[in-house]
Amino acid sequence: MTSASASLVQSVDWLTIAPPTLTALAALGVLVADLFVPAARKQLLGRVSVGALAAALALLLPLRAGDRATFCLTAPAQAASHARTAGCSYTADDFTLVIQLLVLGGALLTALLSLPATREKLPAGEYWFLLLSSAAGAALLPAARDLATLVVALEVASLPAFALVGLKRGDRRSSEAALKFFLSSVTATAVTLLGASFVYAATGTLHLTEIAARLDDVPGQLQTLAETGVALTLVGFAFKVAAVPFHFWVPDTYTGAPLPVAAYLSVVGKAVGFTGLILVTVVAFPSYADVWGPALAVLAALTMTAGNAAALRQDPAREGSAVRLLAWSSVAQAGYLLVPIAAAAYSGDDQIGATVAYALMYAVVNLGAFAVVVLVARTHPGKRLTDHVGLYATSPAAALALAFFLLNLAGLPPGIIGLFAKVTVFSSAVDAGLGWLAVVMGVNVVIGLAYYLRWTALLFRTPESAPATVPDGPRAPAPVTLAIVLTAAGGAVLSGYPQFALRFVTAGLF
Amino acid sequence: MLDLSPTVMQYLLVAVVAGPLLGAAAALLPAPPGLKGKSPDQAVLRHGVTVTGVILLAAIVLAAGFDHDRPSRMQATTDISWIRALDVRIHLGVDGISLPLLLLTALLAFLCALYSYFKMPQGPSPKAFVALLLLLEAGTLATFAVLDLVLFFLAFETVLVPMYFLIARWGGEGRRAAAGKFILYTLLGSVIMLLGLLLVGIKAGTFDMVALAAGGGRGLTASVQVTAVLAIGLGLAVKTPMWPLHSWLPDAHTAAPTAGSVLLAGVLLKMGTYGFVRIALPIAPDGMRTLAPYLAAFAAAGILYGSLACLALALPSSPGRSAAASPPGGTGSDLKRLIAYSSVGHMGFVLLGIATLTPTGVNAALFANIAHGLITGLLFFLVGALKDRYGTADLDTLAGATGAALYGRAPRLGALLAFAAVASLGLPGLAGFWGEMLALFAAFDPAEGLHRGAYLTFMAIGGLGTLLTAAYLLIVVRRVCMGGPRPAGEPELADVQPYELAAWTPLAALTVLAGLWPAALLGLTDPAVQQLLAGGTQ
Repeated sequence: MTSASASLVQSVDWLTIAPPTLTALAALGVLVADLFVPAARKQLLGRVSVGALAAALALLLPLRAGDRATFCLTAPAQAASHARTAGCSYTADDFTLVIQLLVLGGALLTALLSLPATREKLPAGEYWFLLLSSAAGAALLPAARDLATLVVALEVASLPAFALVGLKRGDRRSSEAALKFFLSSVTATAVTLLGASFVYAATGTLHLTEIAARLDDVPGQLQTLAETGVALTLVGFAFKVAAVPFHFWVPDTYTGAPLPVAAYLSVVGKAVGFTGLILVTVVAFPSYADVWGPALAVLAALTMTAGNAAALRQDPAREGSAVRLLAWSSVAQAGYLLVPIAAAAYSGDDQIGATVAYALMYAVVNLGAFAVVVLVARTHPGKRLTDHVGLYATSPAAALALAFFLLNLAGLPPGIIGLFAKVTVFSSAVDAGLGWLAVVMGVNVVIGLAYYLRWTALLFRTPESAPATVPDGPRAPAPVTLAIVLTAAGGAVLSGYPQFALRFVTAGLF
Repeated sequence: MLDLSPTVMQYLLVAVVAGPLLGAAAALLPAPPGLKGKSPDQAVLRHGVTVTGVILLAAIVLAAGFDHDRPSRMQATTDISWIRALDVRIHLGVDGISLPLLLLTALLAFLCALYSYFKMPQGPSPKAFVALLLLLEAGTLATFAVLDLVLFFLAFETVLVPMYFLIARWGGEGRRAAAGKFILYTLLGSVIMLLGLLLVGIKAGTFDMVALAAGGGRGLTASVQVTAVLAIGLGLAVKTPMWPLHSWLPDAHTAAPTAGSVLLAGVLLKMGTYGFVRIALPIAPDGMRTLAPYLAAFAAAGILYGSLACLALALPSSPGRSAAASPPGGTGSDLKRLIAYSSVGHMGFVLLGIATLTPTGVNAALFANIAHGLITGLLFFLVGALKDRYGTADLDTLAGATGAALYGRAPRLGALLAFAAVASLGLPGLAGFWGEMLALFAAFDPAEGLHRGAYLTFMAIGGLGTLLTAAYLLIVVRRVCMGGPRPAGEPELADVQPYELAAWTPLAALTVLAGLWPAALLGLTDPAVQQLLAGGTQ
């Protein structure tokens, strides 16, 4: 009797799903608490959110063996380790854990950056609710192993992001950015959904590994349907990673959004897209590798070239040029991130590790760069590149940190982890025989250096006019300083011991 | 000479590589109490002299402890795993090929720091200058000491950012454009080189240079080797620089401050040729054999081009030409530009030596490397001093109608300049002679399988190049050192100062020593080269 009831009621491994669940619960808690907390003490909400994200990060620790799964079709028993996670909707393997680490860590740093802003400009309750919800979705996504969960997680991660972008009250630019982001994103998501339903129709299953098995022998008359489904599903994720030609929303959205939200989109939003892309390509559609492999390779080449070309053309004196440059540079970096996925089509899914390692590096240094921009934007709200002239003279530590982050993004020593992350990506391309892509990327790295270095040089230039700023301007808020210190320390540790990030390059992640 | 235990040697080499790095970080921190000196600026410049001095001492002790009976063996080796995921190991070691280059780097860095202590170039605070100088030294020393392909790339890249800032911040006219050109050019080269290195590493299954050299290209098909040498060679050729990839060099040299020029010519260029000898030759011998004739052809073209360009710069420019034909960002006949072009020619000899694929040729290349480092380093110091005194290094302005008459106005400076110039043109008995003579000699009898007729042509072109080199350098000496009686009332010209003498004497002395006793250097390199060409180091 007991055994029968156990099979009817699915047993849920709560510990496995704890990180996203805790984040989601905290989001709801913050929303409710917002109603009862007096305006003077709204800061409490921010602290609770930071605490919740830190706790969610800590909950990743007990899972680090990377062998748990839940919401399975069959009881996860006796079967071999690979088959054990086969029919499960939620899997906490190495891949999931490292992306969750990235997503939750990125959200935590974003939260630190947002603390001062919510005190001054943004509505605290809504902001924290939206940020935590989006983070919960983003943390759920890498664990999803069926199309339905994947799409739901994607929606949970994206919908709050639209609102976050438009949250600056009374700011026309912010609303416009949100609308742009919303319209193009919703179209893409609808397309993904359509694709997913086509795939479901053709294969009769939603589980990614099952799809992979069944796509091999789709009946002849459903072949076209399956192919269309695969293509449409990919389009949605290509939008999320801001790959060409779905990248037009990026600069306007980033400049319109509050700075911490732009930082969040550039790291966590991108991670969401990549995770989804990796899951559908490598896990679900390996049998179509000859289709999406070349497509992604071309997309990678176009994306990095377009991003770098646009970043190079930024006028440093234009308003918002610092954010704009980071936005275009994030498009270019997305191109580099696509390379190993494309390579995986040619030489097996071990290459994915290079994307993961690169994404880790990128997350740390890009958030760091945004953190310094947030800091500078406190005294120079124009967010121009030229605002950074002579930063070394006024705050040497911030200038050195930003220089370090930018050189990491460029991939030059002393940014050693940036260099090695690029080396792994190059290496995956060479290994897969994609020599032309490696050469295109090489040229792009040089273009990238041109604008990163231009910015770096600005930091150390002596200002032509006498420093107009008040010598003792507003003090740097502690959370922002903490974010800079954390990211700089992270970058430095990774530079000294790159194995931390690069261990994923050789390890099988799934 | 000195019997040191392997452990001591190992730590010495690690200290030589890591020391400047720590020194660079320390330079950014405020001086500790007791070392504050007269002013923060003076304290940090003194810090630079101290660190580079200690590194030079360590390098000398390392050389003394080096087993000179077995220079072909890797000594003072360290081999620890760093990044397991990429199979990157911190593998350091020196043999007869890298030891002289290590010493040269340590010496030139020390002399630059010493010179800058007394003569800080115009620009922002010396703090960053010293930090960048030390970072540059660390990167160069690491390039010559590492035995892992990825680490080699890392060290190769490390010098880019400090050199960029040294030029862009402390340079002369047109410095930003020159610095940008320098870094973009060389980065493009080194990224392509990285692709070649990765290709070798992935196909052969290891990034370890010693293991790869011992394998002698086993496991690499001929087409992989050709592709790899092409990619690696392109990167190295930009750095060397090989004609026609040299165009970043004259601008960078013209704009760079004296210390930057000295290090750029003295050691940075050597990283390119060292890479050819250390990586391309032993690791992909088949690819090298296929591409050697092309390398030799470009080298010969470079020799001719460099000397012709210099000749054009050395001759008095006609009044009509000077305004129209002078390139933007610098005057037409800047002496620094001239020496930069002469470097293109000299490095052509080095490449020609390597391209013969014979022990004689490679030895010649390594010798010419060191000689060029000493002589051109000295030349850049001297021209920098001239520029400080006159406010310009433009040959036409300096010489005027009759010549600058340095012999009369500042006899010691004039004599040193003449000395460096004749050393550079390859006067027998000075360092410049042996490398170029041996390179031509090797081209007379290239390795088996190479087209002898082609190499004879290259040799003839090289010979012509030495003649032209002699011509332009003598013209420079005539126009700068000699001249008619000076007009009355001309301001006095300071002769060589004690600090300048301190910085220049070692270079001049070593130039004479290497010229009179080439065996000291060739005895070190030859066994290592023999083994390299025969199939790898031990």
